[in-house]
Amino acid sequence: MPAISVNNIIKTYDKGNILALDKVSFDVQQGELFGLIGADGAGKTTLFRLLTTLLLPDSGTAQVLGFDTVKDFWAIRKIVGYMPGKFALYQDLSIIENLEFFATVFNTTIAQNYHLIEDIYVQIAPFKDRLAGKLSGGMKQKLALCCALIHEPKVLLLDEPTTGVDPVSRKEFWDMLDRLRARGITIVVSTPYMDEALRCDRIALIQKGRILDIDTVEGILAKYPKRLYAVRSENMFRLLSDLRQYSQTDTCFAFGEYLHLSLKNGEADAPATEAYLQSRQHAQLSFKPVAPTIEDAFIELMQAQ
Amino acid sequence: MTDLPNVIETEALTRRFGDFVAVNSISFQVKAGEIFGFLGANGAGKTTAMRILCGLLSPTSGKARVAGYDVYTESESIKQQIGYMSQKFSLYENLTVRENIRFFGGIYGLSAAEQKRKSDELITRLGLSHEANKLVGSLPIGWRQKISFSTALLHQPKIVFLDEPTGGVDPITRRQFRDMIYETAHSGISIFVTTHYMDEAEYCDRVSIMVDGAIAALDTPDRLKQQFVANSMDSVFLQLARHARRNE
Repeated sequence: MPAISVNNIIKTYDKGNILALDKVSFDVQQGELFGLIGADGAGKTTLFRLLTTLLLPDSGTAQVLGFDTVKDFWAIRKIVGYMPGKFALYQDLSIIENLEFFATVFNTTIAQNYHLIEDIYVQIAPFKDRLAGKLSGGMKQKLALCCALIHEPKVLLLDEPTTGVDPVSRKEFWDMLDRLRARGITIVVSTPYMDEALRCDRIALIQKGRILDIDTVEGILAKYPKRLYAVRSENMFRLLSDLRQYSQTDTCFAFGEYLHLSLKNGEADAPATEAYLQSRQHAQLSFKPVAPTIEDAFIELMQAQ
Repeated sequence: MTDLPNVIETEALTRRFGDFVAVNSISFQVKAGEIFGFLGANGAGKTTAMRILCGLLSPTSGKARVAGYDVYTESESIKQQIGYMSQKFSLYENLTVRENIRFFGGIYGLSAAEQKRKSDELITRLGLSHEANKLVGSLPIGWRQKISFSTALLHQPKIVFLDEPTGGVDPITRRQFRDMIYETAHSGISIFVTTHYMDEAEYCDRVSIMVDGAIAALDTPDRLKQQFVANSMDSVFLQLARHARRNE
């Protein structure tokens, strides 16, 4: 039995005028760390709210560990832990009061499940009497994760836990998720940061309510159909303009320190392209084949739509 | 680029809040037309430094000039020479595209005739003729970012501050926005950008990384990667910021 099964879900808002999810289907296996990768408005939060039984689909069904999100909502609420994208704890309760509250609601105690939250809780314990509303962003994020874990959920749903968080805290957060997965907890996490896809067992790329692809990162990259070149020169703005105007250019986008270029006839066009750039007198020109990144794959899938 | 004038110059710039040294003696220059990345972990002091450079907060000690004006005595003149855009606040959602542009034009001191001319010109350039009278709140976030960036440039500032400008958008929209940044810098306007996307740091001409209120490193992305024996700016950042004492 998969941990999560989503079958042909359609969800609209505003009397059917806004299509939030368009026939979405996927499974998440037990013990898997599954990533939902997409921009704002892709439908990630809607999916989480359906899985946590807080919204009803227009059509289609979803199950969490075999329980139906509509019929068996009460059973699901006991086995999932949910960290919403917006901080949703009680701002006028302290750290320890929030944690005790969530433990009590689920009919358990902090002591009983302390082993699950220990690594995370020790980092905020020195401030346990501080009001949640007075915590920094990183500390709020750690408290929210503790509250989502305190009833020992089987499935953890995390909606953009790392948005607006600096790279050091993001890395620490993903390290924590690795340790939770090692305990057998199934984790579904959404993120707009493409590089975080690399930390997931499998990912779904989502855009405008549709799943563009579901696979391992390696699987998605292996399907990338084009030969890509990384190009740079001293004047990147002029390089970009020259390549955008060039007759054989298929796509050209800025990627970090390089431009990623694909050509209409692939490798066959490469020598002429390099000669063209040399004739345009680009200083310190570098032109070399490069492996696609998950963002290249995402862009390709968006354009294919 | 070495012979271009400096648009920002700071020397031992410091800001204390009581015993807390938020910005600790930072010195750097930004040249005209340069894309300057201003990085640091949450709490490193970026926002405080940026508020000083925008003329919103006085330093405790040290020197700073922005667009030729002194941050202690000429902060009002600084405000007229800079543009500012942030992910958090950009445009009024319940005003139309045209109303937003004219509103910001007015704030930046353009005459009524200029506001009209500039808003027509901008709407045409962005290809938004059909959306000009729609509420900004009804437009996709990527369009809002482009309008927001363009309004920050209406009064032809010397420098534009981008505070976490590109969160939450799809990769194509992020790249279109980046193209606008390249184009703007090419026209001679300096770009001062903070971001948590380390790949955004790669396209900056130079990058500074703040740790615990001080500038821990400042150079081109290439030279920083050589110096820290790293293959990405992410790795450079992690090496520097991992041992920060301050946590927000």
